[in-house]
Formats: sequence, C-alpha cells, structure tokens
Amino acid sequence: MLTLYQAALRSRLLLGTARFPSPAVLTQAVRAARCEVVTVALRREAGGERAGQGFWSIIRALGVRVLPNTAGCHSVKEAVSTAQMAREVFGTSWIKLEVIGEDDTLQPDVFGLVEAAGILCREGFEVFPYTTEDLVVAERLLAAGCRVLMPWAAPIGSGRGLNNLFGLKALRAHFPQVPLIIDAGLGVPSHAAQALELGFDAVLINTAVAQARDPVQMAAAFAQAVEAGYAARRAGPIEPRDLAEPSTPVIGTAFRG
Amino acid sequence: MRILLNGDWRETVATELASVLAELGYGDAVVATAVNGDFVAAGARSHTSLADGDRIEVLAPMQGG
Repeated sequence: MLTLYQAALRSRLLLGTARFPSPAVLTQAVRAARCEVVTVALRREAGGERAGQGFWSIIRALGVRVLPNTAGCHSVKEAVSTAQMAREVFGTSWIKLEVIGEDDTLQPDVFGLVEAAGILCREGFEVFPYTTEDLVVAERLLAAGCRVLMPWAAPIGSGRGLNNLFGLKALRAHFPQVPLIIDAGLGVPSHAAQALELGFDAVLINTAVAQARDPVQMAAAFAQAVEAGYAARRAGPIEPRDLAEPSTPVIGTAFRG
Repeated sequence: MRILLNGDWRETVATELASVLAELGYGDAVVATAVNGDFVAAGARSHTSLADGDRIEVLAPMQGG
C-alpha cells in the first residue's frame, strides 16, 4: 500500500484530468487506469456559466480522491490564495503546490515553492510540492512540513521521460522514507515502469494519457507498467555491468580442455 | 460601483460580495472567491464590503494536471 498523508492507496498511478478529448473519455480512462487519485484545478468562471459545476459532478461520480493543484500560479501569494480557494471548493486539505518560475520549461520557482509550502503547512494543508530533483530544495520542503515530494521527470507535457537519472536516483537514495511521486514529463508506459523500478513510489500522468490516440487504452497500459515496475522493484533488479557474464554455467562446457 | 471581475470591468449595484455574485448570475454555483488577491471564504461573502476598483476572482472546478 502507498500511504500519502494517512491515506492508504492501492494504486500507484495518479491521473491528471486535463486535455482529454471529452468527459466520457476522461471517465473511461480513470477507470482503465484503476487510479484512486486524480488532479483537478480552479479556473475563472463567468456568471451564469456552470462549466465548473458540470465537471465537478463528473469527478465526484468517479468516487476517487481529488488532488487540487495551483497550476498557473507564478507567485507565493497566488499559490497560497488558490490553495485556500481549492480547499473550500473541493473539501480537501490536499494541495499539489505549483509555483511556476519559468514559462518555457514550466519549471518550479523553488524559492517561492519553499515559502508557499511553509505557509500552507502551517495552515493545516497537506502539501504535495511539484519540485525538481534538487536535494537541498527537497530538504527545505520537508523542513517546511511537506511529507510527500513530487519531483519532475522532465518539463510538463514534454514526454521525455526521466531526464536526470542520476539526480533522481540520488534523491531516492537520500530520502528512503519519503513518498516520492514522479510528476511531469513522462511520455510512455516504459518511463513509468522505470520510475517504479528505481524505487519511486508513484507517478502522476496527464498529457501522455489524455493526448494519446486512444487515451483509454493508454491509461490501461500505464496501469500495467506501474504494476510491473513496482513488482520489479520489490523483486530486486540486478545491477548493470559493463562486461558480459555468462548466464549458462561454464563448468562442464563441452569441448573445453 | 465598478469592479474588476475575473479580469473584466463590471458595473454593479450591490456592494457586498455575496450580493454582487448574485447580481452577476453566480447564484448557487460552486465557486471560490478572492478579493484583491486574498481568499474570502463562502461564509464571509455576505459581510465583505467591496470598494470601487476592487479586483474579484471567482473560480470554479476545472480539469487540471
């Protein structure tokens, strides 16, 4: 079981809800992924419009836990206010904290992130910070009160997979007890399997599923990959070697000596 | 009174946040509000007075990653 802030989860695949071709496909994809947590957001709504209401009804009908985000926030103040608004609307203290620092890569402003995380943790939020693989930033986020970290694999929506393998492995090794969820940048199920094989606790996928030619089939494929990666991790993968090592025993080989 | 609601200037008769939301058609919509960047809880809207030029955010659930 995966434990995130006292919530015990069977699934290690979290799914974003954006960019799906239709609400029906989103619903089917969530079911195919067998996920128990989906991410959601808040956006401006005009008077008389009820788009938010409709979306929220669809999500509630899924019976999954929601993880609201602060996507699009570029300052501590925006992120904190958005988190407070999300807590009221979605009725959860969980918040996926994003403070964006740079528009080309959408990489987190880690200084603002640490500051906002401290404020929100003090206000009783259970913060899931979207961060980089930087160890020092991770330490600061934990010191601020975060109990889960969400390091990126690659820029949001890029589908590049685990960009900085060394840095991510170092992060995993350095914080063996902290739930680490790879967030952003995974493109195909093998990336997710790799993340779990390396010991990451879960992955959050959105674009790779939502923008696939068949999102429902891709959601199922990611679910299988996550399960395979987790099983492989528990089974203890071998260490890579530079040179060959015969798999067939050499003792008793014919025609030798 | 003139307020900036979700980035658009709007004229309103009402002066409390709750009444302004009703006047602008939000009614029973599931929304969260902020005034000049600060969160205003649903229970506080009826006694939150607005001033000319205030910036109001009215946000609703939406797809997100």
